Amino acid sequence: MAKAINAGLRAAMDDDPAVLLLGEDIGALGGVFRVTDGLLKDFGDGRVIDTPLAESAIIGAAIGLAMRGYRPVCEIQFDGFVFPAFDQITTQLAKFRNRSSGQVSAPLVIRIPYGGGIGAVEHHSESPEVYFAHTPGLRVVTPATPPDAFLMIQQAIASPDPVIFLEPKRRYWEKSEVDLAVRPATGEWELHESRIVRPGRDVTLVAYGPLVRTALDAAATAAAERASDGTAGADIEVVDLRTLAPLDLEPVLASVARTGRLVVAHEAPVAHGLGAEIASQVQEACFHQLEAPVVRVGGWATPYPASRVEHSYLPDAERILDAVDRVLSY
Amino acid sequence: MDEFFDGPLEPDGADDMIRLLSVDGERHTDGEYAAQVSHVTGEVLLARYRDLVMCRRFDDEATALQRQGELGLWASMKGQEAAQIGSGRALLPQDYVFPTYREHAVAWTRGVDPAQILALYRGVDLGGWVPAEHNFALYTLVIGAQTLHATGYAMGVQRDGAVATGDAERDTAVVAYFGDGATSQGDVNEALIFATAFNTPLVFFCQNNQWAISVPASRQSRIPLYRRAAGFGLPGVRVDGNDVLAVEAVSRIALERARGGGGPTLIEAYTYRMAAHTTSDDTTRYRENAEEQLWAARDPILRLRRHLLSIDAADETWLATITAEAADLGADVRRRCLSLTDPEPMSMFDHVYGEPHPPLQRERAAFAAYLAGEADPPLAAARLTGTRA
Repeated sequence: MAKAINAGLRAAMDDDPAVLLLGEDIGALGGVFRVTDGLLKDFGDGRVIDTPLAESAIIGAAIGLAMRGYRPVCEIQFDGFVFPAFDQITTQLAKFRNRSSGQVSAPLVIRIPYGGGIGAVEHHSESPEVYFAHTPGLRVVTPATPPDAFLMIQQAIASPDPVIFLEPKRRYWEKSEVDLAVRPATGEWELHESRIVRPGRDVTLVAYGPLVRTALDAAATAAAERASDGTAGADIEVVDLRTLAPLDLEPVLASVARTGRLVVAHEAPVAHGLGAEIASQVQEACFHQLEAPVVRVGGWATPYPASRVEHSYLPDAERILDAVDRVLSY
Repeated sequence: MDEFFDGPLEPDGADDMIRLLSVDGERHTDGEYAAQVSHVTGEVLLARYRDLVMCRRFDDEATALQRQGELGLWASMKGQEAAQIGSGRALLPQDYVFPTYREHAVAWTRGVDPAQILALYRGVDLGGWVPAEHNFALYTLVIGAQTLHATGYAMGVQRDGAVATGDAERDTAVVAYFGDGATSQGDVNEALIFATAFNTPLVFFCQNNQWAISVPASRQSRIPLYRRAAGFGLPGVRVDGNDVLAVEAVSRIALERARGGGGPTLIEAYTYRMAAHTTSDDTTRYRENAEEQLWAARDPILRLRRHLLSIDAADETWLATITAEAADLGADVRRRCLSLTDPEPMSMFDHVYGEPHPPLQRERAAFAAYLAGEADPPLAAARLTGTRA
């Protein structure tokens, strides 16, 4: 996936000379995850800018560059390091278009590797998506697969609005075929479309980013259970949300209308998480279709734990299947 | 106070400040700084005086409008007119300004309609003017945030090849305005670091008006603010902010340096906030009347008036015509302020995004239906029809 994002950045930079990159260690090093590998060499330090170590300045300066007509793509090195830039993102970036009555826009893309599962030290495994999804004026998306990563980074750069682009870092090494000819205008999917990635009859399971893989694994496990012992393993329909703000819940609502049951999974803490928003909208829209309460699976209401116990914090296929069993028990 | 602290303003030159006009109105005409404003004589000099008086009158009118309930708030720049006019009149059309929320006289020099500034403080708009028409960004209320935008904008100017070309109509400088309180903000320090790291065409213009609401500048820094520049690796200069000529001279040097590729400069314009922080503030709780009286005597307008009268550049008749013109401005601003109508509630939904955003569009439609008195509450249930049997 890291290489897919790299290819997407390269395509966007080839297509539009206004696109430039800012971040820490994105030049000679190619970023700590090598997402910008080789771009300095090919585009020069006028467009691949290794900045001093200051996140608020990366975003603030990118806003100024955008006002001058550039299309900055900022890399925040790790999820836990975005907070020094939180003011610039929420009080400045998100509001420019609105407070200027449309006269000023700042079409930044802010790339943030996020989520846990890589055995990292503190502040390197966070899931900060809701802070941004809760801020009007921002768009928040997260790809789950290499082809989506390639397409969505280009779509994000083409967007006239600021986009928080969350990259599921434990999936950086995931491999699949990517059609490098795909461009935003010809993409099969829009940036803000959710999609059903596995059809099923019994339960709707919504996930995004790093947990899409986990959700598919859980669905496969349930399907295998059914096949091996002949009893009723759940037939799980998996939705890859892809877009967190705006939410595209139409596929979710249509799915729940069929299954009557919903589980939402994310790495971020369940409390005040995106699952709460989804559950609320689903109960409002599908009140008569629901056969069971909506159940959420996610991180605990604790700080992200030390890495040796992170697998007790992160939702895995087993915890997701436990939730599936619970919604099926009604 | 310790050894690093300047005492009250000393006579010319003894206080580490560049000054071309003494408090009693005597003009210095020798040296590098004086040469920068050698053209500011005759009609040009009178125009500077007119600027100061007009902006003071606008500011006073705005304060009165707030007292009468026509503005929600007003942040007065009274006492800072010379710092703002001096720097503003040093700008070229292609230069770009990033103001705080108190740069009313700089706005004047950029041709922003004063009534548009009132829209923000009246609560009928979040912005007020079109930045691209004036190369004057919208006001920024989060302290220091705009200095980073200025830095990035200046990086863009560099990438556009609009620095050090020698073309006087192309080479561009950017100015970041901020105050003494802002110098404690991380963003301002980061802006200084980025600006020097990339050698941006940027002037950091700090108006040290000595008070960050109730906190004196001594709480922000143990050394004069301009001396912080050395630590960041850029030139720092302190100018008497109540001397319109000295401010213009220093600004011209810094701006030309920026346009020519010489990089950023920090200017500390030492001035005084003669009014309260805003109309919601109460200075009697934290500063002495004697201090206010001291600075009233150093009023930048009085200083220039003394000079004009002393050299017979103006007489009382001319001064009276300017006062009358300012009164007309006040009346005009008042009339147009009162004509600023409240925005339509539905306008809240405008310009949040550049592309369609379905959840917001649904909220908008639901609220429109509510305002229209339509019966059904805006339940998302309307999105699905039929029930599960």
